[in-house]
Amino acid sequence: MLICLARGNIKNNDCLSMKYLLIIAGVLLIALSVAAGLIWVERRLLSLWQDRLGPNRVGPFGLAQVIADTVKLFFKEDWIPPFSDRPVFLMAPGILMITILLTFAVIPFGPDFYVFDSNIGILFFLGNSSLGVYSIVLGGWASNNKYSLIGAMRASAQMLTYEVFMGLSLMGVVMMADSFSFCSIVEAQRNGWFIIPQFFGFVVFFIAGVAETHRLPFDIPEAEGELVAGYHSEYSGMKFGMFFVGEYLGITLISAIIATLFFGGWLGPSFLPPVFWFLLKTFFFIGVFILLRASLPRPRYDQLMKFGWKVLFPLALLNLLVTGAVLIFLK
Amino acid sequence: MFSILRSIWLTFLHIFHATETVEYPEVKPYLAPRYRGRIVLTRDAARNERCVACYLCAAACPVDCISLQATEDPQGRRYPEFFRINFSRCIFCGFCEEACPTYAIQLTPDFEMGEYDRQNMVYEKQYLLIAGEGKYPGYNFYENAGVEVGVKGKGEGKNEEMPVDVKELMP
Repeated sequence: MLICLARGNIKNNDCLSMKYLLIIAGVLLIALSVAAGLIWVERRLLSLWQDRLGPNRVGPFGLAQVIADTVKLFFKEDWIPPFSDRPVFLMAPGILMITILLTFAVIPFGPDFYVFDSNIGILFFLGNSSLGVYSIVLGGWASNNKYSLIGAMRASAQMLTYEVFMGLSLMGVVMMADSFSFCSIVEAQRNGWFIIPQFFGFVVFFIAGVAETHRLPFDIPEAEGELVAGYHSEYSGMKFGMFFVGEYLGITLISAIIATLFFGGWLGPSFLPPVFWFLLKTFFFIGVFILLRASLPRPRYDQLMKFGWKVLFPLALLNLLVTGAVLIFLK
Repeated sequence: MFSILRSIWLTFLHIFHATETVEYPEVKPYLAPRYRGRIVLTRDAARNERCVACYLCAAACPVDCISLQATEDPQGRRYPEFFRINFSRCIFCGFCEEACPTYAIQLTPDFEMGEYDRQNMVYEKQYLLIAGEGKYPGYNFYENAGVEVGVKGKGEGKNEEMPVDVKELMP
């Protein structure tokens, strides 16, 4: 019934039909299995770029490494520090998973393959990613540990900064497609992907996306060289696993959104099904995320802030202004 | 800006580089002939033990992992009654090999000595002795020096002169 309410346009007998449930299950299955599989993909790709082999012992090509890691996480001692703020500590990893998984609901995997087509899809995504900051701040705060707190402080500053022009960089796309809905934006790219007119929007969004998922090179909230593990230092067992998978879910999400907004989503030559095109584009950007990790060192904290406010923020504003001007001029 | 893109590109090119990893149990790494691995006791060409139980290896060993007891056979040839190396202590430094005057104790290119029981790391003489001559084929200590044990008479060794008669005054 909740699904009915969320969907808005209700046809009662259609609402709980098998197809709809199958789509929800399919989206969840794809998102979660891709995120878990990324543990293996990332390690293999990283090792490829570092002239190593990576995990190749468990199962064919080491694919069962994912299962082995999951089993290991389940059997680890699930320790809750006695000095922690217990309810908040327990809640924090869940928030991350929930906010990211919710956003997958508005992303069209194919022409009819989406959970619901919200007319404020982009705002829904931005709102959820803002809520995701709470997970990290609360996790770091509730751990009652100096390193965790420093990590959480860094994360909140970094993510709030980068959220500003993450939103601004998408407005160019919104203006061009004349809609906040992901499905309409994909449809609007039939005559050409938005990467060409919105190149600077793409660059800003991509960098902001890396910072938003606090992936290397912008992993200063975790920064194991400086902060042990940052905000999740005190987490163990499956709660750590949720942060871990949450990070990979975040990568998948940002990659999927880049593919949807700038690279035509599921659009592509018809010899392959649309879902395949969408996944192909998504996996390409996941690969770029991992390549960034393999090649770039972590900037200093003040460098990150300077880069954000003095380079990316003006660039996003400029992109917004120019896009607006051109669109008005063309009308 | 440009350097960042360049380093990303250069990292990407590493896809086409060969991997450094040696997949160990399937592919054995090359071990040099002088690799310092498992220690053995060798025999000479006549298949007699080379070891003369001089204790120099045990004295040279920095971790005291060698333990032996000297004894003599009826001919007066010294040999170890027992010879024991505790490989869970051994650091494979090779000092014992350097100290050995008879080339008896030698290190071999073999490191696969894993055991589940620590006591199994202690090798007794029968597990240390090998049938061959190791790195120095044809060498026999008693042909060059040493007491008379049936290999050569007194003063008949290679590069050895007859003993001087200390009671004679002539040079």
